[in-house]
Amino acid sequence: MTRAFPFSAIVGQDQMKLAMILTAIDPKLGGVLVFGDRGTGKSTAVRSLAALLPEIEAVRGCPVNSPSIAQRPEWADVPDDAPLVTRPTPVVDLPLGATEDRVTGALDIERALVSGEKAFQPGLLAQANRGYLYIDEVNLLEDHIVDLLLDVAQSGENVVEREGLSIRHPARFVLVGSGNPEEGELRPQLLDRFGLSVEVRSPDDVEERVEVVQRRDAYETNPNRFLKKWDRADKEVRTAILTARDALDSIKVRKAELRKCAELCIALGADGLRGELTLLRGCRALAGYEGAAAITREHISRIAPLALTHRLRRDPMDEAGSGVRVSRVVEEVLG
Amino acid sequence: MTEAPDSWDHAWLCLQLLALDPMGLGGITLRARTSPIRDACLTGLPDTGLPVRRLHPNITDSELYDTMDVGATLAEGTPVLRRGLFSAPALLLLTMAERCPADLAAKLALALDAPGSAGLIALDEGAEEDERVPPALSERLAFFVDLTGLRMPSLTPPGLQDAAALRDALGHVTATPDDMRMLTHAAARLGVDSLRAPLLALHAAKAHACLYGRGSVAQEDLETGAALVLAHRATILPLPDEEPAETPPDQPPPEHPNPSPSAGDEDRLIDAVRVMLPDGLLPQATSRRAGAAGMGAGDKRNARQRGRPLASRPGRRDGRSRVDLIATLRAAAPWQTLRRTPGRKITVLPSDIHLKRFETRTERVLIFLVDASGSAAHARLNEAKGAVEHLLARAYASRDRVALIGFRNQEAEVLLPPNRSLLLAKRRLSALPGGGATPLAHGLQSGAEMAWRAQKQGLTPTLVLLTDGRANVALDGDQNRQRAMLDAEHMADFLRVAQVQALVLDTAIRPQKPLIKLANRMGATHIALPRASSAGMSQAIETAVMA
Repeated sequence: MTRAFPFSAIVGQDQMKLAMILTAIDPKLGGVLVFGDRGTGKSTAVRSLAALLPEIEAVRGCPVNSPSIAQRPEWADVPDDAPLVTRPTPVVDLPLGATEDRVTGALDIERALVSGEKAFQPGLLAQANRGYLYIDEVNLLEDHIVDLLLDVAQSGENVVEREGLSIRHPARFVLVGSGNPEEGELRPQLLDRFGLSVEVRSPDDVEERVEVVQRRDAYETNPNRFLKKWDRADKEVRTAILTARDALDSIKVRKAELRKCAELCIALGADGLRGELTLLRGCRALAGYEGAAAITREHISRIAPLALTHRLRRDPMDEAGSGVRVSRVVEEVLG
Repeated sequence: MTEAPDSWDHAWLCLQLLALDPMGLGGITLRARTSPIRDACLTGLPDTGLPVRRLHPNITDSELYDTMDVGATLAEGTPVLRRGLFSAPALLLLTMAERCPADLAAKLALALDAPGSAGLIALDEGAEEDERVPPALSERLAFFVDLTGLRMPSLTPPGLQDAAALRDALGHVTATPDDMRMLTHAAARLGVDSLRAPLLALHAAKAHACLYGRGSVAQEDLETGAALVLAHRATILPLPDEEPAETPPDQPPPEHPNPSPSAGDEDRLIDAVRVMLPDGLLPQATSRRAGAAGMGAGDKRNARQRGRPLASRPGRRDGRSRVDLIATLRAAAPWQTLRRTPGRKITVLPSDIHLKRFETRTERVLIFLVDASGSAAHARLNEAKGAVEHLLARAYASRDRVALIGFRNQEAEVLLPPNRSLLLAKRRLSALPGGGATPLAHGLQSGAEMAWRAQKQGLTPTLVLLTDGRANVALDGDQNRQRAMLDAEHMADFLRVAQVQALVLDTAIRPQKPLIKLANRMGATHIALPRASSAGMSQAIETAVMA
């Protein structure tokens, strides 16, 4: 298995890349939603993200990647002296049409029938704990799976109560979704769960397109050389992410900027307070990434489209994208 | 088709190239019904160096991925693993690809994206215009071969000499940045948005160069690559004598300092693509792009996972349905004395397995038939549009699908195939112009066709007809008021027999007698729209439709 296309080698799509870096800095931001046409590098970006993420420490063999022995779920078949190992941050694919059993985990039917044991077979949510859950074509996901994800994303815990099992385990993950808006909308409840949203489209500039094709070709002809070439750039991003994580707590937020955030959300009529919180978190992560000591207006105006566009109370029939509205209001409030 | 021999050459070439680089090229969409001709075409596929595996749209996860073989596991008493189709590199052959559900398409797309794991031949057996391979798949497959209208090939397929050696050589075929630039430019000029297309064209060009023993890509290879990969994706065709700089209308002119490397060579690429386009294909290609969303959402909801529980049934585990453990054990219980084997507490045989079943209501698709004729436009086309929009918003809430058919002048046009994207529905609706004669029978006909197709897919269609009922074009295009109404009534009878739920909204100033009669024959509810705002109008409809 060759390694994924390097993150830094993705041409353009700066908004998408920024959004992904921000969630890597602060997982509490709550995920990214990427909407756009086919062939714009949505899935490439997500898959390359895995290589970019700092490694985590987890108990070896633990199905939910527990950070310490004490925190492993009691149903898991992990010996008491299992050592801690470092492993890459899990990026788990949730395929369309996955069954509920596959997502939440269920009774291990084979073991139940063959040996009469009542054992739990962990699902994708367990695998994705402390990592990323990626859903391609998220807008085509069946409603009952969406309900389930919403519930788990909110509580951070997966509870399975069926077939005589009563099992719970932590399921804290960053949700990354991608989709093509022409194929159907996303329910507002799920939309709200994503911290940031980005719209991507094919680059208009022909030179940029040529560059994409060239890099991809170079990657496919000789992956190792290409990966080596971009390794440095990727490493720089990774270091910047780690530095930003450490700096996160020390970044100052002044009253004036907080006020601006609130004014912005009021002016846009964003529902709930989650908009403000995400906006603030996003700004803090951005400030950390760029090595600033405090949040500035410029940070706010850059994060606002990412954090607020999908939160506006939207008439499902509203034609003009909310993006336009956001940038207009941002200009008014911050301008 | 007049160029039958050429088409076979095209098919053979595609297959040869695919055999050289099945992974890089992704595969082929082969549009043809099951026939000796298609079989003949498939036998022309040279050895790809990969095992060929067949799969069908209803294939289960347990056949795709490695899973426990329940039957063998229960018999042996130890876990027995069964290898799935995705476990080893293979060339997959998907039959009835046009019926491929969205979830399978997503899984296949994932497999195609993973480097070095699979190639796919999608056999598109669609008979109707809107039966297409899911765009998520066709987008990843380099070639498109249409065998419709071809006769049996007279020559034996060329095959590949020394395929393995050629494949080795393929890795060393080089392409210059200028080659890539040229393909990308060509793709942009042809209105192909996706960046996968130029990449696939590049792969095709390399394979073609390799086929002819060249170590680097030549102009001829680029032309072939562009023709084979870009032609069926094109949405804009630049005019022959147009200046390259101002081709696609919505594309900003290239602003880089050194304009495309050799404009002449690039034009030859476009020409190569143009040759590949038979008359009348481009509009089809365009409409395919526009209607790409048609196949969008998942197919019929399987009642295996949710809904009202029903009694369990014996069945095989297929990875989609859930085992009802209690029922399975209950089925096994009476046999335990007979089956007793030392060392096993309980013996369950595959035949004991019961699966859970649920009952769900099928999804509804609302088909709006909008009369956009002059008389209706004069009456209240805009209000009708408003009412439809209101209904659309309701459909959004109840997750119904919507389709839109407009009729005016001599024909009915499907503006939007059944779809969940309300934005598209609204856009198409507001773009619907008014004016012209009223071909009511045509409208009903295409509504009936769509309803019938929806029923075949397991959806429940509801027809909403908005008209003033002044039909004046017969099915044969004749402007004869009486025959027009007669034809419309025939179509109404047909709809009634097909048991399609329908609703007629009378948009005329006064309720029309003939329309009431028509509604009765259709078994539909007739509602004379109150002269009111579109909101009041939609309230009247809502109570009737949503009841």
